[in-house]
Amino acid sequence: MKDWIIAWSQHLPVLPIVVPLLAGATMLLLGESRRKLRGSIAALATLLQLATALALLSFTTDAVPNVWPHGIGVYAIGSWVAPYGIVLVIDRLAAFMLVLTAALALATLAYSLARWERVGMHYHSLFQFLLMGLNGAFLTGDLFNLFVFFEVLLAASYGLLLHGSGAARVKSGLHYIVVNLAASLLFLIGAAMIYGVTGTLNMADIAVQVAKLSAPDRGLFEAGVAILGVAFLVKAGSWPLNFWLPSAYAAAGAPVAAVFSIMTKVGIYAVLRIGSLLTLSGAPAPFAGDWLLAVGLATIVFGAAGMLSAYHLGRLIGFAVVVSSGTILAAVGLDAPHLTAPALFYLLTSVLATGAFFMLHGMTERTRLVTEVADAAPLPPVTYLGFELRGSGMPPVRDAEPEEGEEVGIAIPAAMAFLGLAFVLCVLLVTGLPPLSGFVAKFTLLATALASATGTDGSAPLAVWLLIAALLMSGLAGVIGLARIGMRLFWSPIPRTTPRLRVIEATPVAFLILLCIGATVAAGPLMTYLDSAAVTLHSPRLYIDAVLSPESVGALYGEKRQ
Amino acid sequence: MEIILALAIGILAGSGVWLLLRPRTFQVVMGLALLSYAVNLFIFSMGRVAVGRPPIIGPDNSIDPALYADPVPQALVLTAIVIGFATTALLLVVLLAARGLTGTDHVDGRERDQ
Repeated sequence: MKDWIIAWSQHLPVLPIVVPLLAGATMLLLGESRRKLRGSIAALATLLQLATALALLSFTTDAVPNVWPHGIGVYAIGSWVAPYGIVLVIDRLAAFMLVLTAALALATLAYSLARWERVGMHYHSLFQFLLMGLNGAFLTGDLFNLFVFFEVLLAASYGLLLHGSGAARVKSGLHYIVVNLAASLLFLIGAAMIYGVTGTLNMADIAVQVAKLSAPDRGLFEAGVAILGVAFLVKAGSWPLNFWLPSAYAAAGAPVAAVFSIMTKVGIYAVLRIGSLLTLSGAPAPFAGDWLLAVGLATIVFGAAGMLSAYHLGRLIGFAVVVSSGTILAAVGLDAPHLTAPALFYLLTSVLATGAFFMLHGMTERTRLVTEVADAAPLPPVTYLGFELRGSGMPPVRDAEPEEGEEVGIAIPAAMAFLGLAFVLCVLLVTGLPPLSGFVAKFTLLATALASATGTDGSAPLAVWLLIAALLMSGLAGVIGLARIGMRLFWSPIPRTTPRLRVIEATPVAFLILLCIGATVAAGPLMTYLDSAAVTLHSPRLYIDAVLSPESVGALYGEKRQ
Repeated sequence: MEIILALAIGILAGSGVWLLLRPRTFQVVMGLALLSYAVNLFIFSMGRVAVGRPPIIGPDNSIDPALYADPVPQALVLTAIVIGFATTALLLVVLLAARGLTGTDHVDGRERDQ
């Protein structure tokens, strides 16, 4: 490869943070009336993030070995060397999460261009800031910087959750904000304790310093890490700290809920990242071992029970998000390094599937007639309180011009057929039935758990059987709950309108489902990549050496220093 | 001085948790504010409590770290204060909106007996 490409590629890791920041800030300056311009800026920024994420993904693979050693790239912000400066670290896991975020963001952005951006202020700016927080949380190698990016994404998510206003949104938003603020305070306490004991905030340096701690300090450190872990588990939506999650996700607008489906995975990412770095000196309870397994299993049971009891599709998908969080946490808690790759595959499938499902839910909501909305659904698609209602069942639109905008859209023929088919595919993906990637994910997860845990006498430990039972049971609960709601949605004799769908709304759902089908077809190469990501993740020495070695920073500014 | 600081943090955090568990939104906001004060003091104390030590190394002094306070927790506190301030302001707006839309200041949006 040419030298200048390599030189410039060293600056790629900062782009996923800078691009949405600039795009979001620029859009704040534009008036609300310049919708087309803001929409194109947002689309351009999201496309750019997807391209950057894909480039980063390719640089971390073995196909391009000469860019970063072991696929771990370190970007020292302002050229301040770790552990004194803040570094961004891109490894295979981070690159994978970036690509997933960007793909989901592209789909939800396209969906929201149809109508959702119009029901409130500054939708696109908040959306870009949310992406900035997500990308930053995946990239950063500094504990306090992680807190800042968590706050960025949470602050944006508060605004997005309230987007469209209405009593239900404000009510669940209040719970969501209070719970997350309390969790952020826990995060701060944990980070401060860790800093007080180790004297550093760099994650790689923390892993090194822990080994040098005296016994009393070690106790204090473990307490700090435990508090930090509780904060992460709140964000990950694990039982018993997730009662806010289903109602918040059900109340959010369809594209907002869809992009939220990756937010719980940020907590899981943090647990994975910090847990793997601390394995060198024995990770404390919330990051590994039996506690995490128990929490994960309880989360699965809670989510499955919620799926059985939910009457409203949005709540049910919220519980599906809870189940997916619990599954991944339980898989991490089994302490088998081989399980990480299947768990990541499951994460990919569940994020894409629940994202598509939330958007699909936004469209099926429109098949209800207005009178029915009042009694059956807790929440109309867009609130009728703040804005006047126009037309029948169509969400009200703020300014006069979009009235024509509704007509411009091409009504998809056989819209109900599309909705039904997409619904079935989403159910297959979420519950893990064959033949789609949900099944592949669950199957590899179970097969690997059995294979790696089976002892010489051919018997697997109780924990593995518990995980298998919980996974299968949650799948069954999902099928029952979703089949019941599906029958009511598509087969019940209540008079319904056939919704007018626009291509720009249907395509994102189809895109996400096609990505899942692609993941099914290309499961082999994908698993190979995820396996290598898991190997890098479970070799914390590689990460620590990459961050703390002076060469990694020297490579970035090599020409200047030599 | 350590005991006073510890007591202050403890009292603030205790009152904050108690208020956070109360049913009225205003009490919850006050609880969060008190909790964030406690947390900020806690972060500050993690840089060790010392009197008369500047956090910035001057040009004329010799560089002996023992003479200086740790500047990192002070920077962290500053960041935490700014973030806490902004989110509390946002929460106040949501609180007012909830009061306006539901007609009650109960955190669940309805009184218990309804």
